[in-house]
Amino acid sequence: MKIFLAFVVTLIWHLQAAAALTIEITEGATGALPIAVVPFGWEGTGNGPGQDIAAIVSSDLSRSGRFKPLPVSDMLAQPHSDAQVEYRDWKVLGMENLVVGRIQPNGSDGYLIRFQLFDVFRGSLLTGYSIPATEGDLRAVAHRIADIVYETLTGSKGAFSTRIAYVASITGADGKKKDTLQVADADGYDPQTIVISSYPLMSPAWSPDGLRLAYVSFDRAKPAIYVQEVFTGKRQQVAAYNGINGAPAWSPDGRQLALTLSKDGNPEIYVLNLHSKGLRRLTDHYAIDTEPSWSPDGRNIVFTSDRGGQPQIYQVSSSGGQAQRMTFEGSYNARASYSPDGTSLVMVTRQGSDYRIGLLELGPRRSQLLSTGKLDESPSFAPNGDMIIYATKSRGKHELAAVSLDGRVRQRLTLPGGGDVREPAWSPYTRYNRSN
Amino acid sequence: MKICSSRKAAVIIVALTLAGCSTTGGKTGADGAPVKEMGEGGLTAASAATMGGDWRGNPLDNPDSPLSTRTIFFDFDESQIREDFRDVVIAHGQYLAANPTVNVTVEGHADERGSREYNIALGERRANTVRNLMLAQGAASNQIKTISYGEERPLAIGSDEHSLSQNRRAELLY
Repeated sequence: MKIFLAFVVTLIWHLQAAAALTIEITEGATGALPIAVVPFGWEGTGNGPGQDIAAIVSSDLSRSGRFKPLPVSDMLAQPHSDAQVEYRDWKVLGMENLVVGRIQPNGSDGYLIRFQLFDVFRGSLLTGYSIPATEGDLRAVAHRIADIVYETLTGSKGAFSTRIAYVASITGADGKKKDTLQVADADGYDPQTIVISSYPLMSPAWSPDGLRLAYVSFDRAKPAIYVQEVFTGKRQQVAAYNGINGAPAWSPDGRQLALTLSKDGNPEIYVLNLHSKGLRRLTDHYAIDTEPSWSPDGRNIVFTSDRGGQPQIYQVSSSGGQAQRMTFEGSYNARASYSPDGTSLVMVTRQGSDYRIGLLELGPRRSQLLSTGKLDESPSFAPNGDMIIYATKSRGKHELAAVSLDGRVRQRLTLPGGGDVREPAWSPYTRYNRSN
Repeated sequence: MKICSSRKAAVIIVALTLAGCSTTGGKTGADGAPVKEMGEGGLTAASAATMGGDWRGNPLDNPDSPLSTRTIFFDFDESQIREDFRDVVIAHGQYLAANPTVNVTVEGHADERGSREYNIALGERRANTVRNLMLAQGAASNQIKTISYGEERPLAIGSDEHSLSQNRRAELLY
């Protein structure tokens, strides 16, 4: 017990800054909406806020592939409120929408950020908000503004205020390769190392409240599943049985973890109640059963099994029972997860000698390939279901990529110097407010 | 041809392992050790299996014994022990049966293709087939521990078939 406690203490990490991912749009949607986001006006004295809010909003909108922001240098005017807006200045540039804003001092070290979104062709105000912020909040507020603009104009909720977790390999101070579990904003900014280990780290999975990550760590050459609070670093070992302890997946209510254990002889899916610590076995087959993932309504769990001779996707009720085969096309389908609306499954699928990301629509069955690589894996849906982030290998390096559900927008996410990065997990929407 | 080169590499890896650690040590130097070309003089697993030799030390240290082969390679998505490695595994099982105080850890590994957690399961299945064949020779279950690293600890970096074949393996760590 003493040893266990000491171990926990040494692994409470202060968040460490790490190298940031660079996100590059490799394919944008034709027909992206032209929008102008005017630099926000500063109405106080001194230098004002340390972040360019409008630039962050522009970059978020541009990255989605659904918008084409106007370069600031092409703007004919820079209004900061509705009273200053002349619609013809924007019509002539072909803009459909316009965002303006201003920042005022608020208290001793705070700000009040007001912004407005206009429909240029109708000549009307669509929405406006006033948001208080501290210096440390400014990026988060900018992402919220981008979320509001995105939702107002596309009808789909924005995912700019979310985060991504991923495993990156680094070379430690001792010259040895180490695995790190990192968490960054969805735009790659502000990466924090939350776990560092000389042994493999695997399978990060966000809790539905976005406050905790479950993951597999091979510390002391034995795999175990941990649940760690992202902000405090406090972590708890939840499974360390003989054999495999892998593939943790949160139930939608955050109370249970589905996981893979081979303690009873071969890999089976179990459900662990995080409060009572009760363990329930869900599958019973001599084949490999692994990679569980819950349906959004919590009723079903999909998993990978080679009970038919090759890995395919099966589904079982989360209360147990007969498993049902879900995939029939192709010789290799693995690591499926549901889209947030539950209408489709994303998975790794083999095409000839290539492993790609495939989407299977569950209504009238229809499958499509979303990626074009040779070794694509670990797909993870954005919480709005508009994009999927996944791991790929390009020119011998592990990097990340993202693709829109319609395949029209593609991004490449790389670490500076070509460091290896893999196993991305897109966070859910979070209710917390980050504050420093 | 592929099989031959795998065999040769297995022996080379074992040679490096033997050079790098004592037989009672926990970790071998196999992980990530640079694989050097040994040339025509290198032994193959098959020739090692047929050579008795006149060794007086620990049989694990005898380079002429099949026990000196400690890496068993597998075909893609397969966990059956290939014919060319059966004698090696049987020799290890017999050695364990004859030496009940000796313990071994069997590490299962997979190549990088496909999903990571499925590869963990595949690596475990490979480690278990090795373990089961050793148990069939009379080794006791408490002598053999297994662990799977899936594709997390590749021996060869690269996506060509040769690298992939080097990574589909079980390693015996005495």
